[in-house]
Amino acid sequence: MLQGLIDVIPYLLQGTSVTLSVTLVALSLGFTGGMFLAVMRVYGPPIIRRLAAGYSLVMRAVPVLLVILIMSFVISAIINLPPFWAGSLSLALASSAYQSEIFRGAIIAIPKGQMVAARALGMGQPKAILNVIMPQAIRNAIAPWSNEAAIILKDSSLVYVLGVPEILRRAQYYSARSYEPFLAFGAAALVYFTLTFLTNRGLDALENRIRIPYS
Amino acid sequence: MPLIQIKQLTKRYGENVVLDGISLDVDEGEVVVFVGPSGTGKTTLLYCTNLLVKPEGGEIWFDGQEITTAGVDLNKVRQRMGMVFQEFNLFNHLTALDNVRIGLTKVKGLSTQAATERAQRELEQVGLSNRTGHYPGQLSGGQKQRVAIARALAMDPKIMLFDEPTSALDPELIGEVLDVMLRLAKEGMTMMVVTHEMGFASEVADRLVFMEAGRIVEQGPPQELIHNPQVERTGKFLGRIGKLHNSLSAAPEESSL
Ligand SMILES: Nc1ncnc2c1ncn2[C@@H]1O[C@H](COP(=O)(O)OP(=O)(O)O)[C@@H](O)[C@H]1O
Ligand SMILES: [Mg+2]
Repeated sequence: MLQGLIDVIPYLLQGTSVTLSVTLVALSLGFTGGMFLAVMRVYGPPIIRRLAAGYSLVMRAVPVLLVILIMSFVISAIINLPPFWAGSLSLALASSAYQSEIFRGAIIAIPKGQMVAARALGMGQPKAILNVIMPQAIRNAIAPWSNEAAIILKDSSLVYVLGVPEILRRAQYYSARSYEPFLAFGAAALVYFTLTFLTNRGLDALENRIRIPYS
Repeated sequence: MPLIQIKQLTKRYGENVVLDGISLDVDEGEVVVFVGPSGTGKTTLLYCTNLLVKPEGGEIWFDGQEITTAGVDLNKVRQRMGMVFQEFNLFNHLTALDNVRIGLTKVKGLSTQAATERAQRELEQVGLSNRTGHYPGQLSGGQKQRVAIARALAMDPKIMLFDEPTSALDPELIGEVLDVMLRLAKEGMTMMVVTHEMGFASEVADRLVFMEAGRIVEQGPPQELIHNPQVERTGKFLGRIGKLHNSLSAAPEESSL
């Protein structure tokens, strides 16, 4: 058993960089898209607001796996997307919907007077959003956002269906080769647990670092 | 020519007529204090003056320019009108220094160094040079309001709009904010002030305006309005807040007996 673990863990760890890459791409594109959608939903003109809300509604109603499959079999047939990108972009599209909800809530929670004071100083709306609203929204959003980060980290395993050699895919190889599914998948669970744990710890530390004193 | 000319200003929220044809001039260097019952449109009048709220009808002229026509760069206009709010509205994620600096760097485009020097000077003027690194959450209400005044003054406004700047303050902190406003008035700043601090009004105001239900009922030198009002409602209202004011300022002495 111990020998097995010594064998399987390094094999799975080679997939860690792929898992982390998928997660990072999905989270960072999802952050950009989510923040953009959230700002549009709060400050955009009525049509844009509805479009952004509709996007979020649809994306959150559809299983992520389905998005991945559509992306890889339908979209990839038109524009040639390598599996890594098909998978990461699908996760990013889905995550942008979830993140837009997180950021929208965080923006709405900011007292109205913050925007009013910024405008009274002569700041245009975009500048006010950038300098006054977003820095506070991001602080408000960190706790739910770390939750989303953990979900994306785990959901990155879904790209295994496209053959992307991330942790789960490698666990599956290992299981098929060694006939030791318990060892293979158990070790994969351990690796995911460790990554998620470290991610949450890191984000907790970040939250404490950028917390506004006495508020 | 007056610095501010308001002509037949109207504002409605649905059926609710909040400003019902307000006309008013404010001369350069003048301090005008507005009083009136709650819900009368005093806040709305100030917010319309720098067009944070868009009026439905009427005109506003500022420094020789009509600002209620299309094509006016409102951001430029607002840079020259300082505003101070009842609830302070300091930027919660920024220190006192950064609260004062942000308009200078992000709106006026000053260098960080120039902005820092100016911001430090403004904070010193309101007696807060030892609080520059504090966040709003670490300041008392009076300190917050003084930072807010410094933030507005740093932009070199031609006029300052104050919306009940001391109403959210504990009684013992009101004085420190009124002192700053008093000094500002003495330095010749043009001011439109909504306040029920009658002591401040009678000492500092050049003109007292009594508003009710979206209209100006009566206006004139504070002493005249207080002691010799032409309209009965004015006298009643001023008498009432005068009494309230006296009982408030008398309270500390009584409690120390
Ligand atoms: N954003 C708004 N939407 C609807 N009604 C408003 C809004 N702002 C103010 N009002 C209404 O306008 C009236 C005047 O309010 P306000 O200017 O705040 O009065 P004051 O400052 O004299 O107490 C009130 O009846 C208030 O309910
Ligand atoms: Mg008011």
